[in-house]
Amino acid sequence: MLQDLVIAVLFITYALAVLPGLGTVLTWVERKQGAIMADRIGANRCYVRLPFTQYKIVWMGLFHGLADGMKMILKEDWKPQSYDRVAYMLAPWVTFAPVLLVFAVIPFGGTFVPGTMLSGIPGVAQWFGDRAYPLQIAPLSAGLLVVFAFSGITVIGSMLAGWSSSNKWSMLGALRAASQMISYELVMGVSVLGLILVYGTVDLVEIVKYQSGTVLGVLPAWGVVLQPFAAILFLAAATAENRRIPFDLPEAESELICGYFTEYSAMKMGLFMFAEFIGIAIVAALFTTLFLGGYNLPWMTDAGFTFPGNHVVTFGAGAMLLLQIVVFLAKVFLMCSFQILIRWSLPRFRYDQLLRFAWKFMFPLAMINLTVTAVAVWLLR
Amino acid sequence: MKSSMTAKPVANFVPETGGTFVAGSTFRRRQYWNEPSMGTWERFYLWEIVRGLTITGGVFLRNMFKWMTGRKGALTTYYPEEMRPDYAKHNRGRHVLVQRADGSPQCVACNLCATVCPAKVIEIEASFDPGDPDHPKSPSSFTIDYSRCVFCGFCIEACPEDAIRMAPWVPQLPGYERRTMWIARAELLTWSPQRDPAKPYPSRTAQQQRNAA
Repeated sequence: MLQDLVIAVLFITYALAVLPGLGTVLTWVERKQGAIMADRIGANRCYVRLPFTQYKIVWMGLFHGLADGMKMILKEDWKPQSYDRVAYMLAPWVTFAPVLLVFAVIPFGGTFVPGTMLSGIPGVAQWFGDRAYPLQIAPLSAGLLVVFAFSGITVIGSMLAGWSSSNKWSMLGALRAASQMISYELVMGVSVLGLILVYGTVDLVEIVKYQSGTVLGVLPAWGVVLQPFAAILFLAAATAENRRIPFDLPEAESELICGYFTEYSAMKMGLFMFAEFIGIAIVAALFTTLFLGGYNLPWMTDAGFTFPGNHVVTFGAGAMLLLQIVVFLAKVFLMCSFQILIRWSLPRFRYDQLLRFAWKFMFPLAMINLTVTAVAVWLLR
Repeated sequence: MKSSMTAKPVANFVPETGGTFVAGSTFRRRQYWNEPSMGTWERFYLWEIVRGLTITGGVFLRNMFKWMTGRKGALTTYYPEEMRPDYAKHNRGRHVLVQRADGSPQCVACNLCATVCPAKVIEIEASFDPGDPDHPKSPSSFTIDYSRCVFCGFCIEACPEDAIRMAPWVPQLPGYERRTMWIARAELLTWSPQRDPAKPYPSRTAQQQRNAA
C-alpha cells in the first residue's frame, strides 16, 4: 500500500510541475509566437542578473512570465463593494481547480513497472515487487466522463465571478460565458461520442492502446484518421470551452473590458489567466490522447515498434517509457503551439454568429458524424 | 409639438449612411459595386480557416527558420543598440552652431531661436566681450534639450545671423535620465566652415581696414 502512495505522490508531483510550468511557459510562447508570426521580435528585454556580476541572463525574454507572476503576486488585491464576498473569493478557485483536476485521468506514458525497470537499485525493485502502474494519476475506467464532469464545473466559476462582482460588464461576460460554454460542451460531447463508438471504451488508457494499432495495415489507427470531422469539431469546441480567440466573446475587450473577471485584480485575476493557459495545455493533452495516439508514436506499443511489413524494432522497457513521456510532452507542446497559431490568425465572432455557429453548423455536423459512425460501426462489426 | 409627433414619414428617405427607407417597408441596404461575394465553399468556413492558418503558419515557419539560421526574422530594429542605416538623405536630426573663422560661435545671443521654439528647448546665456567690437555679445552657454525637441527647424529660420543650422546626423538620444539628453555649447560647436559659398566671412583685419577707412 505504501508503494502505491509513493507512486501516487510521484505522479501528482509530476503533474503539478508540468502543468503550471507549461502554463507559465505558454504565456511567453503566446507572446513570442504571435510576434514572430507578425514579423516582430516580441518579449526580449526581461533578464535575471547574476549576483555580483554584470552578466545578464535574457534567454529570449523567457523571464517575462516570471516577471508577470511576481507582479500579480505583489499587486494590491483590490476588492469591489460586493454583497457576495464569499462567491467573489471562491470564483477564481472554482475556475482554476477543475482545469488541474482534468489532468488526473490523462495517461502521460505507458506502464511503469518498478520491479523490472529499477532493477539497478535492488532494494527499491524488491520493495515494489511485481506491481505495475500505468502513468496516470487516477486510473479510472470512466476517464472520459470524468473529463467532461470536471470541465463542466468551470462554467460555475465564471458565473460566480460575474454575479458577485456587482458590475454590468462582469454580468454580461458571465452570461455570455455560460451560454457559450454550455452550447459548445454539447458539441464537444457529441463529437466525442463517435470516438467512443469506434474505440468501444471510455477508459483513456484503453483508448491510447487502441490507437497503437493500424488501419488497413499501414495507417496508424489514430483518432484523426478514424474520425477526422470529430477531430476538427472537438478542437473548435474545446477552444470555445476555453474561451480563446475566435471564441473569446466572454472577455471581448472592446465590448466588455475584461468580461467576468473585470473586477478582479492581483493574483485572483492571475488565477483566471493561469486557468486559461493551463486550459490550453489540458485541451492539447486531451486532443493528443483522443486523436493523436496519446503517448505513442505511430506503430508503437509499450514493447516497441511494429512497422508496416512486420519489421519489429524493440527497445528496453525503461527506454520505451522515457520515450513515451517525451513523446507525450512533445505532442502536447505542438498542439499548444497550434492553438496559439489559431489565436493569432482568426478574428473574433459576433455573439449571434457564435451561437449560430454552434447550434446550426457544428451541432448538426457532429450529429451527422455520429450517425455515420454508428452505421459504419454497426455494418463493420 | 403634436404635429411633429404625428408627422408623416418622408417617402423614399435616404439617410446619409446609405440605404433606403420606403414607407411601410423594411430597411433595404444600399448595394455597392464591390459587394463581397461568398460562394458555398467560402460559407462552409472550415476550408477558408485552413487557408488562413497556412498563411500565418507559413510566415511563422519562415521567420522561425531565419531566427534559427542566425538571421533576423523580424522587421523591427533593436532601437538603442541598433540604428537604422536608411535615414532619408534630407533628414536633419542634429543642431550645429556655426563658427567664425577664429573658432568663436557666430551666434550673437539674440534669443530669437529660443523665443520661436515651440517646445522651449533652447536655453541661452549671453556674455559680453568689450574687446571685440564686431562681436561683443556671444553665448556663454547654449543648451538644447533633445528630450523635448520636435525637430521643426524654426530656430534655423528665425536666426538672423545664420548661426544655427541642422546637420544630417541623428543625436545619440537614448538614455536612462533626461539630463543625459541635454546637448551643450561645446558639443554643438562642431562645425567650422572655413569656406561657405553662401556667406563669405570677412577676415578680422579686412573688417578693421574697412572700419578705419
